[in-house]
Amino acid sequence: MTYIQAITSAMRDEMERDERVFVLGEDVGVKGGVFGATKGLQERFGELRVLDTPLAESAIAGVAIGAAMYGLRPIAEMQYADFMLPATNQIISEAAKIRYRSNNDWNCPVVIRAPFGGGIFGGLYHSQCPESVFFGTPGLKIVAPATPYDAKGLLKAAIRDEDPVIYFEHKKCYQMIEGEVPEDDYIVPIGKADVKREGSDITVITYGLTLHFALQAAEELSSEQGIEAHVLDLRTIQPLDREAILAAAARTGKVLIIHEDNKTGGVGGEVAAIIAEELLYDLDAPIRRLCGYDVPAMPISPTLEKFYMLNKDKVKTAMRELALY
Amino acid sequence: MTGYTSLEQQAKHRQLGLSDGQAIDMYRTMLLARKLDERSMLLQRAGKINFHISGIGQETAQVGAAFALQPGVDYLLPYYRDYAMVLAFGMTPRELMLCAFAKAEDPNSGGRQMPGHFGHKRLKIVTGSSPVTTQVPHAAGFALAARMTGQKFVSFVTFGEGSSNQGDFHEGINFAAVQRLPAIFMCENNQYAISVPYHKQVGTANIADRAIGYGIAGVRVDGTDALEVYRVVKEARERAIRGEGPTLIEAVMYRLTPHSTSDNDLVYRTREEVEYHRSRDGLPRFRQYLIDCGIWSEEQDAKLAEEIAAIVKDAIDYADKAPYPAPEDALKHVYAEEESTWRS
Repeated sequence: MTYIQAITSAMRDEMERDERVFVLGEDVGVKGGVFGATKGLQERFGELRVLDTPLAESAIAGVAIGAAMYGLRPIAEMQYADFMLPATNQIISEAAKIRYRSNNDWNCPVVIRAPFGGGIFGGLYHSQCPESVFFGTPGLKIVAPATPYDAKGLLKAAIRDEDPVIYFEHKKCYQMIEGEVPEDDYIVPIGKADVKREGSDITVITYGLTLHFALQAAEELSSEQGIEAHVLDLRTIQPLDREAILAAAARTGKVLIIHEDNKTGGVGGEVAAIIAEELLYDLDAPIRRLCGYDVPAMPISPTLEKFYMLNKDKVKTAMRELALY
Repeated sequence: MTGYTSLEQQAKHRQLGLSDGQAIDMYRTMLLARKLDERSMLLQRAGKINFHISGIGQETAQVGAAFALQPGVDYLLPYYRDYAMVLAFGMTPRELMLCAFAKAEDPNSGGRQMPGHFGHKRLKIVTGSSPVTTQVPHAAGFALAARMTGQKFVSFVTFGEGSSNQGDFHEGINFAAVQRLPAIFMCENNQYAISVPYHKQVGTANIADRAIGYGIAGVRVDGTDALEVYRVVKEARERAIRGEGPTLIEAVMYRLTPHSTSDNDLVYRTREEVEYHRSRDGLPRFRQYLIDCGIWSEEQDAKLAEEIAAIVKDAIDYADKAPYPAPEDALKHVYAEEESTWRS
């Protein structure tokens, strides 16, 4: 099953088992979404539960928040993560704070799905990784799965969660990443990272598309140079799985943090700080980060996009350098 | 100049389907709100509470609207001046004062939010924030939930005329209009967004005209006339329940107080202007209406004033003595249950 099929099947399963679950967003109905994530859902569940909305992101989020406070389980689709910013006030001032500001009287079980990341010739405004905009906002949970198994399990967990969850799905993974997904009902718990590869020489901590670059590079480094990488997939970026991060860092004493979002203010800085606070004297090398450049967003020209994007070779070089440190 | 002089108008509340008792209840609610409001300003001046934001001059519209709705059935998404409205929806004076004093027992937020940020799930009063107009799309969301679950309720949301310039006003009303949702949007046009007057905020002659742009009903009403507000909100509710979609109501009024206890309004408006509008205050006019109808008397009024003074005193005493939240309670309720302290 592909990554995008896993996302669709998670929504279909949850809509089957719970009539409070519905999807709303631009083009999610007849068209089935611009990427096809909601394909077939309107035929199955009708126009009201797979609702084509006006082109207005703050309303998509805000209406979903209202319905969630009532007790429904909305899944609001942002067409591209880049277009979430008009909804940011609704997400940060409202969804994130509803439980806290009402002293636990109200809550807001909304899921906001947002396709993020580049490598699709999307230019500045169809390629962004805006997770750092929301990261550090208590009250929100943020997940970013990299595999079909995790994509399905985390989306089901997000839909069942009692609090707002932002679900970042990487566009480049949609068709490119395939994997086994069980038929039966399962969830991947929010807040739990996952060791995707065991190793003893260096630790790579990452999430999203760059996980796959790390795993490919790790296989090559193993067969070519005998370097064994330990790869931790964060899966949830808020709340971070501190225990898993510390365990993974302690495993090798050499840590490389990788993400596509730009370096400054990114999730990687917080991961590095957690390790530095607890494990500084157990490290055998400075913590390193391999991230997007600190430019406003990804340009479209093939030379520029390729330069901006991480890939297996860039990741492999960084991993090798750390192993040889 | 009372506006309620003709014989036909004397029976107006009955024509609208309100009993004499209900009309008196309306008066009682607006007067209670007024007195709580006045005392809150004094409490702030005396240093007993940190802040107050007033609804004085707006109680008639709030009570008129609330009595046209069904508390316990309809969802209310109020804004920060709606003391009379939340009282009409069942919030108690003690609860309002617990909120003003930021005490642990405050049902609105447990002492977390500024006064005027209402919320009470059992009463179907939906929690709100300070960035204005975010509640308008929420109201569309509640109305969408009514549609999806087949329940017969409306969502009723209020905001100021300044708020009607926000994107969420447009996005929320348009959404509800497209789906013909059972939502009522009521602008309490009190002429000022803090210091900025209407003509520097809005390009149209009135807010109700904005309804044309959404293809929904738009109604302008004298907000100082409680029974007229009752009438238009009742009609809007009936339309909504019949599936005829949302209504935008503009209740025209005047903010008789400064924006808040942190504002000096005479910097941007004259005393004469304020006094002119004070002379048109809807609350004493409604009392006169009840007297003219023969269902209220000066004696009863004096008795009610005493009764309300006692209620206000009790509420203040209760809230003043109530305990503050435990300091470490600041860490609670970030997420559901025990997860909430994950970052502490």
